[in-house]
Amino acid sequence: MRRSFTSHFMAGAVAIGLSAVAFGGAWAQTSVTIGMQLEPPHLDPTGGAAAAIDEVVYANVFEGLTRFRSDGSVAPALAKSWDISDDGKTYTFHLNSGVSFHDGSSLTADDVKFSLDRARAEDSTNAQKALFAGIESVEAVDDTTVKVMLANPDGAFVTKMAWGDAVILAPESAADVGANPVGTGPFKFDRWVRGDRVELVRNPDYWGDAVALEQATFKFISDPNAAFAAVMSGDIDAFPGYPAPETLAAFEADPRFNVVVGSTEGETILSTNNKAEALSDVRVREAIAHAINRQEIIDGAMFGFGTPIGTHFAPHNPDYLDLTGQSNYDPARSKELLKAAGYENGLKLTLKLPPPSYARRGGEIIAAQLREVGIETEISNLEWAQWLEQVFRGKDYDLTIVSHTEPMDINIYARPGYYFQYDNPAFQDLMKTLDVEADPAKRSALYKQAQQMIADDYVNGYLFQLARTGVVNAKLKGLWQNAPTQANDLTAVHWD
Amino acid sequence: MLAFLTARLLTMIASLLVASLAIFVMLDLVPGDPASLMLGLNATPEALNALRQELGLDGPWPQRYLEWIAGLLRGDFGVSYTYRVPVTGLIVERLAISLPLAIYALGLTIVLAFPVGLIAAASRKTWGDVTIMGLTQLGIAVPNFWFAIQLQVLFALVLRWLPAGSFPGWEAGLLPALGALTLPAFALALPQASILARVMRSSVLETMHQDYMRSARAKGLSRAGTLVKHGLRNAMIPVLTIIGLQFAFLLAGAIIIENVFYLSGLGNLVFKAISQRDLIVVRACVMVLVFAVIAVNTVVDLAYGLVDPRLRRR
Repeated sequence: MRRSFTSHFMAGAVAIGLSAVAFGGAWAQTSVTIGMQLEPPHLDPTGGAAAAIDEVVYANVFEGLTRFRSDGSVAPALAKSWDISDDGKTYTFHLNSGVSFHDGSSLTADDVKFSLDRARAEDSTNAQKALFAGIESVEAVDDTTVKVMLANPDGAFVTKMAWGDAVILAPESAADVGANPVGTGPFKFDRWVRGDRVELVRNPDYWGDAVALEQATFKFISDPNAAFAAVMSGDIDAFPGYPAPETLAAFEADPRFNVVVGSTEGETILSTNNKAEALSDVRVREAIAHAINRQEIIDGAMFGFGTPIGTHFAPHNPDYLDLTGQSNYDPARSKELLKAAGYENGLKLTLKLPPPSYARRGGEIIAAQLREVGIETEISNLEWAQWLEQVFRGKDYDLTIVSHTEPMDINIYARPGYYFQYDNPAFQDLMKTLDVEADPAKRSALYKQAQQMIADDYVNGYLFQLARTGVVNAKLKGLWQNAPTQANDLTAVHWD
Repeated sequence: MLAFLTARLLTMIASLLVASLAIFVMLDLVPGDPASLMLGLNATPEALNALRQELGLDGPWPQRYLEWIAGLLRGDFGVSYTYRVPVTGLIVERLAISLPLAIYALGLTIVLAFPVGLIAAASRKTWGDVTIMGLTQLGIAVPNFWFAIQLQVLFALVLRWLPAGSFPGWEAGLLPALGALTLPAFALALPQASILARVMRSSVLETMHQDYMRSARAKGLSRAGTLVKHGLRNAMIPVLTIIGLQFAFLLAGAIIIENVFYLSGLGNLVFKAISQRDLIVVRACVMVLVFAVIAVNTVVDLAYGLVDPRLRRR
């Protein structure tokens, strides 16, 4: 055994030498390493739904006609301005001039036409094809002017063009864009060590304001303990979606770090199969809503991070209606409703949970809360692939918990075939009206009406808005606090 | 010897074929559609069909199996569903971490286990032996990820001697690369060394009772001399078997340690591919591992012949 101690010592001695080498070429203050839990499968935001894709490339490598700001509002991007025809059906976008792709070719109206046509084509694999469904035709008027003709007026069209799925690509590089992304953004793709990291470098020919960073690395660490070690040891400068909330106290106490809590577009809900036998009765769904104690779930499953919601809408949105009171925690009322529906002797439901901890931990708590009012749940834990197959596609479930992270996605309630199986013609008409309404005040009123309608129907159990807790080096400034879209926008990031 | 080699080679090919069929069929039965995982909750059915066709997920399985085997023979593992790049490149990239890590850990295992096992055997039934056996028991019982986290906290976060994880790549130079692999290699090696030391001890003890050992002592060799010259060689057969198994384990089973030190090795690739239903990558990785295990076993069989000439004639 003496030998083995000696070799530990040897390792230590070697280690001192090594660390000097390892950290010798220390990062200059113009580079940043951002931690992410999930690695993107590829880097094409127009060909996949994985949030991790946009978290690397949105606003950094790729740009669209418009873009989201950190508060969720829409700003001009490649299009410096746009005109809307009086009938609301024709959008004329005026592009910035002097914009070039990372391969040196310049951006023209033809590239915009190509990108939009590609996204809405029959064989398109765009994950958000619905964004482009309203487009009837696209016309390149001259080099810097594009006309988009819509079938119906669409007040949200400019917002739709800000999504990562609507970024502009060049025809010559589009085929291989997943492995070799060529965009117009302030950062160029440098290399991707798969399973480990993606490296970006500053684009010296960027058309807009120059960025402060020379180099940015996105490093993928899936294990929460490893994430803790990586941030603590300084390998990672910022971990915006930090996966180990239980260790945040250690960072809060350390002056080297700031803990940032922001909101996301993730409505976390107890999705309910509205066609399941017992659950087709609105009284049962209402009973479930009153059996849920939201704060207990937020404290128990999310370490206190999260905002209670009473409908499918983000609380930070100006049009949000706080309807949590309508489905307040009231077990007595819940039991009455179950009795009225004929389930005073109990009810058995399945609860199928996908992998994220909000679902697994939250599911246990909800099961206990439902048991209080006489509803027994049979929990099964599913992988994502199984969940998509059984719950999402097969609709073989009673209850599940999932966070719907797409922005402004209340229109999913207008799809009777969606996995909630909520089929209310009045709501579908409401969405049709909303689609063609361009007046902001009227749109706001319609959004509120929609929120009220799904809350009145108790379509799902509305739990909380997912928070985004991040750990950031105290000297690093300019990252987004909130996540109005899935992105790590580095354009304003700099070191103090 | 030639007949022996030919027989080994034929067995190897047959095993690989059977394994390939089993792997293909089993993974084909796994529920879950890669296309719907990739396109997420809002995807339209048309987009899903378009992607399925693009990925070559339609068509009967025997046809797809034959195409896959034909590709393997050409060294072409296909194109990853999720990454959309050739699988061969992905695996080679990962092996650049996993293979050196496995060799490093195996080297440490042997360096730690041989002397410890020998000393324990030589000092049987003394305090030294009891202490060593107790410690190796502990080494086996402690979960290696827990040990890994302790190493990480002590050497990376508190003492800051070694990086907490990540692999800088071999292009960063030999020392930083080895430095990054040092803590994971120790974490992997400790339980393996404990096992090997115990095997070493009992194997040496067994040879010590043999007649030839007594004869060697009788002709005047010292205790230590007998042990090293006659005991060690005869004790090697079970030790070699264990080393062969351990190498295969270190190559394929490092995933938990890879996670702790956020290394992107082969285990990590398999794990992510499974959860993404990137079946083509899973298949390729499993085939590579099957190949590695069979190859290592063949090498171990040949090594038996080296340590024990009697086995060569079989």
